[in-house]
Amino acid sequence: MSEVKTEVEKKVSEPLFSKKNRQLMSSPLNDDNPITVQVLGICSALAITVKLEPAIVMSLSVLFVLAAGNVIISLMRNLIPSRIRIIVQLVVVASLVILVDQVLKAYVYDVSKQLSVFVGLIITNCIIMGRFEAFALGNTPWKSFLDGIGNALGYGWILIAVAFFRELLGSGTLFNVQIIPLSWYINPQTGEGFYANNGMMLLPPMALITVGIIIWIQRSRNTKLIENA
Amino acid sequence: MKLDVNSNGYTFIFAAVLVILVAAMLSIAATSLKTKQDMNVEMEKKQNILMSLGMTVTRDEAEELYGSIIQEEIVLLNGVPQEGGVGAFEIDMAEELKKGVSERNLPLYVASFEGTTSYIVPLRGKGLWGPIWGYVALEADLSTVKGATFGHKTETPGLGAEISTPIFQDQFAQKRIMEDGKFVSIEVRKGDANGDHQVNGISGGTITSVGVDDMLKDCLKGYTSYFDLKKGEQKAVEEPVLEETIPQDSTSVVDEKLAIL
Repeated sequence: MSEVKTEVEKKVSEPLFSKKNRQLMSSPLNDDNPITVQVLGICSALAITVKLEPAIVMSLSVLFVLAAGNVIISLMRNLIPSRIRIIVQLVVVASLVILVDQVLKAYVYDVSKQLSVFVGLIITNCIIMGRFEAFALGNTPWKSFLDGIGNALGYGWILIAVAFFRELLGSGTLFNVQIIPLSWYINPQTGEGFYANNGMMLLPPMALITVGIIIWIQRSRNTKLIENA
Repeated sequence: MKLDVNSNGYTFIFAAVLVILVAAMLSIAATSLKTKQDMNVEMEKKQNILMSLGMTVTRDEAEELYGSIIQEEIVLLNGVPQEGGVGAFEIDMAEELKKGVSERNLPLYVASFEGTTSYIVPLRGKGLWGPIWGYVALEADLSTVKGATFGHKTETPGLGAEISTPIFQDQFAQKRIMEDGKFVSIEVRKGDANGDHQVNGISGGTITSVGVDDMLKDCLKGYTSYFDLKKGEQKAVEEPVLEETIPQDSTSVVDEKLAIL
């Protein structure tokens, strides 16, 4: 968390979607991506990317928690005693997550069953604490809101990209719809067919490798991220 | 005077107020959503019970169909149906399995579907990461499996979690849990399953498969004494002469119950 540089609040009033504000939302998508560049929130990226559907719901839940949490922390930023600020951040994120969990259980029960423990794990998602600490504590609510949305989207698209490959190659499906033709599969009785799902894709190590490949592609294309040796 | 946000007193007050506010907010949310959440859980249970009969029902339809298909909910204690007390539907299998075998209240659902009577036995056991559960529907002979459905909390997707897919569940239909009047259960094997008492496990999901195997053994065993009684009764109906030979002492309650059936 400490590596993330704290942006300083601007005193001058500026339009809602000034260039700087737009950048708050766009830079986490690529240059400052929470997963591939800041390497935060990796744990959940490994855990819930086996299928596309939970990955999308997880992204939406994080979007809500991060945007709302950032605004709440930003509103309280001048009231929070600095000695207990981490605890205050934890309380805010934990209550938001419990709220999300309760609402999911009541209204989208199937999805909540699929996400099961991972909703609770949003609390430990380093991106959220990282943004509270690095951004919301020092910026106005509107900017914090944009920053929250931007980072959650940056997190979400990586999650969905990883889930896409894992579900397609691991289960042969997308959104639980069979994509790889069933006739391709090796039939154990007749020995026909040439294809089998890659069971390894379903396990966490392949998620890490998939994220690694995304980082590799991103770094080789984005000159800003290339470090001098 | 400007408020000193870093003084000890302020810090304490801030923490206390924050915690009380948050606690109040969360309790309100939890209590107001509770009924809706409980209803989801209940409807899902009904859906699972019906699905073990081989029906395809959505959770919303389950509520209504359950009432018309499930004829009776029986609670067994030591193989003897209990009058009154806890309702079969409210029994928490996880709690019952912690008790000794002779103290368990075992629920049994009697269903009438497509003109035949089925007996649905709830199952509960341990998978690799957490609990697994299921329902097995037995045909009127109390041995042949009509259908089975399994659920899990946190088994690995694509591996252990496959127990809740039709590929695994459909294997159970027409298998038998009894052989020559003795309980033999259904074995979840590593490949080469054949005969009436074996099904194939999930490759890569060995521990979950073993969990299903143990669960079937442990849970079905508790029902065998009742099934024996029940079968004796069925025989007695076919051959009325034998009726008097049924011992009258401990089974009087059963007889009353069976008279209603």
